[in-house]
Amino acid sequence: MSQVFILADFAGDKCTKTTAELATAAARSGSVTAIVLAAPGAGAALAATVNHGPIANALVVESADFATYGVAAAADAIAQIIAQKSPSALLVASHAYGKEVAGRVAVATDSGIITDAVDVAADLTATQLVFGGSTTVHSKVSKGVAIITVRPNSIEADLSDSTPAVENLSLTISDSAKLATTTSSTPPVKGGRPELTEAQIVVSGGRGTNGDFAAVEGFADSLNAAVGASRAATDAGWYPHSHQVGQTGKTVSPQLYVACGISGAIQHRAGMQTSKTIAVVNKDPEAPIFDLADFGVVGDLFAVLPQATQGVVAQKS
Amino acid sequence: MKIAVCVKQVPDSWAEKKMVNGVLDREGVDAVLNDLDEYAVEEALRIVEAHGGNEEGGAHSVTIISMGPERATEAIRKALSMGANDAILVSDAALAGSDALATSKVLAEVIKNSGFDLVICGTESTDARMSVVPAMLAQRLGWAQLTFASMVSVDPAANTISITRTTEAGVDAINAKLPAVISVVEKINEPRYPSFKGIMAAKKKTIDSRDLAAVGVSAESAWSLVADSAPRPPRAAGVKVIDEGNGGNDLAKFLVEKKFI
Repeated sequence: MSQVFILADFAGDKCTKTTAELATAAARSGSVTAIVLAAPGAGAALAATVNHGPIANALVVESADFATYGVAAAADAIAQIIAQKSPSALLVASHAYGKEVAGRVAVATDSGIITDAVDVAADLTATQLVFGGSTTVHSKVSKGVAIITVRPNSIEADLSDSTPAVENLSLTISDSAKLATTTSSTPPVKGGRPELTEAQIVVSGGRGTNGDFAAVEGFADSLNAAVGASRAATDAGWYPHSHQVGQTGKTVSPQLYVACGISGAIQHRAGMQTSKTIAVVNKDPEAPIFDLADFGVVGDLFAVLPQATQGVVAQKS
Repeated sequence: MKIAVCVKQVPDSWAEKKMVNGVLDREGVDAVLNDLDEYAVEEALRIVEAHGGNEEGGAHSVTIISMGPERATEAIRKALSMGANDAILVSDAALAGSDALATSKVLAEVIKNSGFDLVICGTESTDARMSVVPAMLAQRLGWAQLTFASMVSVDPAANTISITRTTEAGVDAINAKLPAVISVVEKINEPRYPSFKGIMAAKKKTIDSRDLAAVGVSAESAWSLVADSAPRPPRAAGVKVIDEGNGGNDLAKFLVEKKFI
């Protein structure tokens, strides 16, 4: 049976659900080994959190260089591991860090790379939704190891318990990966809300909020949802850029997307139109966003959302 | 200091994009300079302006580098009209349908041994959206990688660069010795509009057009192959209600029916 490697994905000192999603996809074509890159002394504890999904083995590498030299050090270590162990594929989470690591590994191992896959088949054919989700593409790596980055939240994860066999690997990071030094790191400020790209439900506000996101946030909180914003709203300074959904912001694909006071310019649609279910609240009955809506309410979000919030809260209690 | 800015011509964001024979159909759509590359051009100009400017024959220059069809000269002219000094365009029929690996290989070949101290890229192109070329370039060149910069500061005397990296994983302070490859996020600056003088001057600036042989690389077989592509079916028409005092309840009811609550 072929071996498929995944790069275990962590938020702080905990393994994310994305790791189980990568493992679920990888297990279709082989036995899954999770690569765990850790600070010195932290490997065992970190590996112990890799306990969900079909993961047979964990390869733990400890080095202070991962924190200091970031993407380049991680890619260097993974390229060395691939040279040693010759897996058939490497699956990595599709975020800024994951894609950059995957890109460098592809160059270092002269392998093909496919980014932003939403599905990976047993024969390692990757499915991508391109051009803002308007087109489905199936493609396959034809050289070297199949390096595929997978969008969080697109594969239904097998979350069954697992206790991977841990192997500790010692290797030396190459000097060529030590050219850019990280001198300080500040983790993102975590509000009480779920992370935008990983959330099951996203409620977004746009121009129609006039800068007042209270109704949007209130509705989001009743659904335990993440809050997104259109470019118009972030450019106006109404909401942080880190919450922007769209072509130049984040691409989200939640189970439910609620667009409030957002007209639905193509730039915004590109970031959300692969959402499974879409609900819309907008005053303008002609707003193009209604074309995407499974359920649309033509009305003022300041009236509709508080009432809907009450309805949700009443239903939950 | 010699700065190279890598840019790409892409279909206008507003254009309907479609696949023909496994690659993006670039013929039938309006083509523009990738939005996100304008921030890279602007940042390069700000860096040289902070250290005395990029007058012809001076110590600092900004060179635009692109790979694409001949018509990519239109996007390059825009970058030149913003104030870059000159440009290199790699154009070759054998490069049609190139992916990030091929693109980074060609760009790296052009950049290496040409005396550049710094390469600046946008974070991604708005068509392919892979966001991996800057990292690949750094790997191929063996230069420092400082990407997703929301702040850049260069010290030409000390030959160093420091950036603030801003991603969903947080904010990092990173520094390195030059040469380096950086990418800049869109909130780093406000790209200037080309002035009339800039547009006129750009017409006289040199675009050095090279084919693969001139660059010194041979075309390689693809690293990945598209099996098939198809437009996704349009979403089925949904339900639209007009709020007459009950719209919020209707929305809550829909969410209950769909089992979101």
